[in-house]
Amino acid sequence: MVIVLVVAIVAIVYTLPTFLPTLWPYKKINLGLDLQGGMHLVLEVDTIKAVEGTVERIAQELRTGLRDERIRTAALDRIGGTRISVKITGQENIEKFQKLLDKDFKDLRILSKTLQDGVLDMVMDLPENESDGIRLMAAEQALETIRNRIDQFGVNEPDIRNQGENRILIQLPGIRDTQRAKELIGKTALLEFKLLDEDHDVETALKGNVPAGSEVLYQVVIDKETLREIKTPYLIKKRTLLTGAYLTDAKVQIDSQFNEPYVSIDLDKKGARIFETITAENVKKRLAIILDNKVYSAPVIQEKISGGAARITGNFTAETARDLAIVLRAGALPAPVNIIEERTVGPSLGTDSIRKGLIAMLVGGVFVIFFMAIYYKGAGLIADFALLLNIVLIAGGLAAFQATLTLPGIAGIILTIGMAVDANVLIFERIREELALGKTPRAAVDAGFNRAALTIMDANITTLIAALVLFQFGTGPIKGFAVTLSLGVISSVFTALVVSRLIFDYFLMIRRVKQLSI
Amino acid sequence: MQFIKPDINIDFIGKRKFAYGLSLALILISIASLILHGGPKFGIDFVGGTVIQVKFQTAVPIKNIKSGLDTLAIGNSSVQSFGDRDDHEYLIRTDLSIATGERLSDQIQKALAGATGSAAEIRRVEMVGPQVGKDLRQKALFAIFYALLFIAIYISGRFEFKWILTGLMAVALMGAVYFLSLFNVSIPFLILVALLVTLLLFWLLNLKYAMGAIVALLHDVIITVGIFSITGREFTLPIIAALLTIIGYSLNDTIIVFDRIRENLRKISKSPMPVIINRSVNETISRTILTSLTTLLVVIALLVLGGGIIHDFAFALTVGIVVGTYSSIYVASPILIAWQERTRKK
Repeated sequence: MVIVLVVAIVAIVYTLPTFLPTLWPYKKINLGLDLQGGMHLVLEVDTIKAVEGTVERIAQELRTGLRDERIRTAALDRIGGTRISVKITGQENIEKFQKLLDKDFKDLRILSKTLQDGVLDMVMDLPENESDGIRLMAAEQALETIRNRIDQFGVNEPDIRNQGENRILIQLPGIRDTQRAKELIGKTALLEFKLLDEDHDVETALKGNVPAGSEVLYQVVIDKETLREIKTPYLIKKRTLLTGAYLTDAKVQIDSQFNEPYVSIDLDKKGARIFETITAENVKKRLAIILDNKVYSAPVIQEKISGGAARITGNFTAETARDLAIVLRAGALPAPVNIIEERTVGPSLGTDSIRKGLIAMLVGGVFVIFFMAIYYKGAGLIADFALLLNIVLIAGGLAAFQATLTLPGIAGIILTIGMAVDANVLIFERIREELALGKTPRAAVDAGFNRAALTIMDANITTLIAALVLFQFGTGPIKGFAVTLSLGVISSVFTALVVSRLIFDYFLMIRRVKQLSI
Repeated sequence: MQFIKPDINIDFIGKRKFAYGLSLALILISIASLILHGGPKFGIDFVGGTVIQVKFQTAVPIKNIKSGLDTLAIGNSSVQSFGDRDDHEYLIRTDLSIATGERLSDQIQKALAGATGSAAEIRRVEMVGPQVGKDLRQKALFAIFYALLFIAIYISGRFEFKWILTGLMAVALMGAVYFLSLFNVSIPFLILVALLVTLLLFWLLNLKYAMGAIVALLHDVIITVGIFSITGREFTLPIIAALLTIIGYSLNDTIIVFDRIRENLRKISKSPMPVIINRSVNETISRTILTSLTTLLVVIALLVLGGGIIHDFAFALTVGIVVGTYSSIYVASPILIAWQERTRKK
């Protein structure tokens, strides 16, 4: 008896915060995204690109090494994304190349090597465990960086977690500007400083004649009036002189001359030194500031710049400047991410869903309550009371376990209303049977409950099994359904066997009722 | 008040040939419909694609919406009305998993408002990439298969006390399925074969209660899927949840009857099996009909009042409850009899 009271009171206490948040600032019932609005994203980290990036970097280092050692190279290219092919001619060159490999590039794995007529052809790549390690780290780093960005964006209670090897699950409740959020999250934000290739012509490169060690990159500007894209090609030397990894801070400032926002960046000591060297060695040449392989601007270096501060200008609005500062501060993603699943619910739909769900629950509940009262009379009222207690228990359970209520979850509660009655029906039918056999009310109630108990357990456990499987395999809204269904099953068994029994006993023993209204 | 008199004695078992016929017909119609439509009609959850729910201020003819969409690069799209008529809500569906970074929502809103002359509000966007769709399909099949296995273990254990035997069998099956799934075998095919093997094992290991229950459940699932196919409704994740719920619920009824059968077997072991089963079904029919009635009441409330999003889910549950009740009375128990006759003939 005491147990029931305790459980009932605990449940009520747990449910209160949802309805009267000021009274008891404890745990409210979480609403799912489909009920409060928000965005659910699943990103896939393109970890292979991370490996390609590393191989590209190694290729660049190899090229520099070859040049420094004055080894004449016939060809050095990255092929197939993750492999490096080298062609060296001349015995002396070949020997120097071997020494260079052994000294500085021991990690590379040799896939094929042919030495014929004084020409060495080699194809190399990274060994499995290296590339696997890179991929794993890329996925972890991506998670951290994205978490960083979302923290700076300022979202209420975001949920960011790993899903499998290279997927990231993000839930942003209540978010309004989904477009900005998606761009913020998905931007690779690789900042690079490269020199313009002013020795060759952009036009000839566009026709297909790209000089070795250079590439064509575009500047994309959206014309404010026509809203169309304007693409300007630039011929850029592939070698990356400086990256955003050396950034310590990025801030939005307003240019006093044109009243336009720009992003000012600060570099750390090492970065500042590199920047100083670059600017000192390349005065009057143009330095391209590139973000995600798109040219932002390519100003002329007027003089040597020390102190490690630079500006990124472009066609910024206050918002785009702020977003760029955020991603620069949080750091670049180690590999690009793709959105492979998105579910966004607007807030108006959320409140509508809650309303409709609650109305359905109310109407259905009222029907069942009336039916039970008419069909089973007094006993029916007891069942009705148990039903109401059930709902309170489920609500309390949701709040206590911090589970999330979703639209299918509300459907689960509604289903429980119909099914909870089942347990009571089983008991009451048994009691009627026993009464028909001529037993006294006391004995009939006893027999009814005892006989029915086992059947009730059996039947409800199978529903529980289905709910548990759903919980394991389901996502988001489905999990919410599995949770309310499970809670509903457990609480309905409890109320049917314990609570109803207590009430019956009360009437039979304390009030000494002679006849059962059933 | 009582609908059903306590001394009811309908000869269910006698009429079982008729029930077999009806069930078989329904199953054949379901399978035929599935074949005709080239499989179940999958929603974006299972084949990838994008769904956009739009609400207009005033009533808008669908062809205006379509012409508005033509100006945008969103591939093959279909438009259908959604929810109550007065809500003026429509569902736009395309098979492209739209790259969502290019201000698409704004573009769509402007295009639609322009083409229809009525303010458009985007209420919901769902996009699923093709790989995710495939993953979810597999997950759903596994979920249903595992649920059936677990249930088989439970029933065999409770009614025939063969916990360990069934447990081992289930573990072996799960292991085999998991192992084979790593080899790029077509998952639906794999699960189908696994199901047939499971039924075969039931027969060989003499697990008649489990067999009766699982056959009844498969019967319910196939017919529900068939009705969905016939009415042109889509399969989404919530529908799979509904199927699993129907499995759990239909089993409720079946267990109630099996329980009675077991009890009566002990009490009146002299009577032949068909008589005992008949008696048990009759004794429990009152409760079976009543529970189904109350559950139907609430589910129909959900169906009518719950709104567009939960509508198909409620429909699946409604169908499932009706078919499930029927199967508990006419399918599960007669299988026990068929078994009996088979073993007697030996």
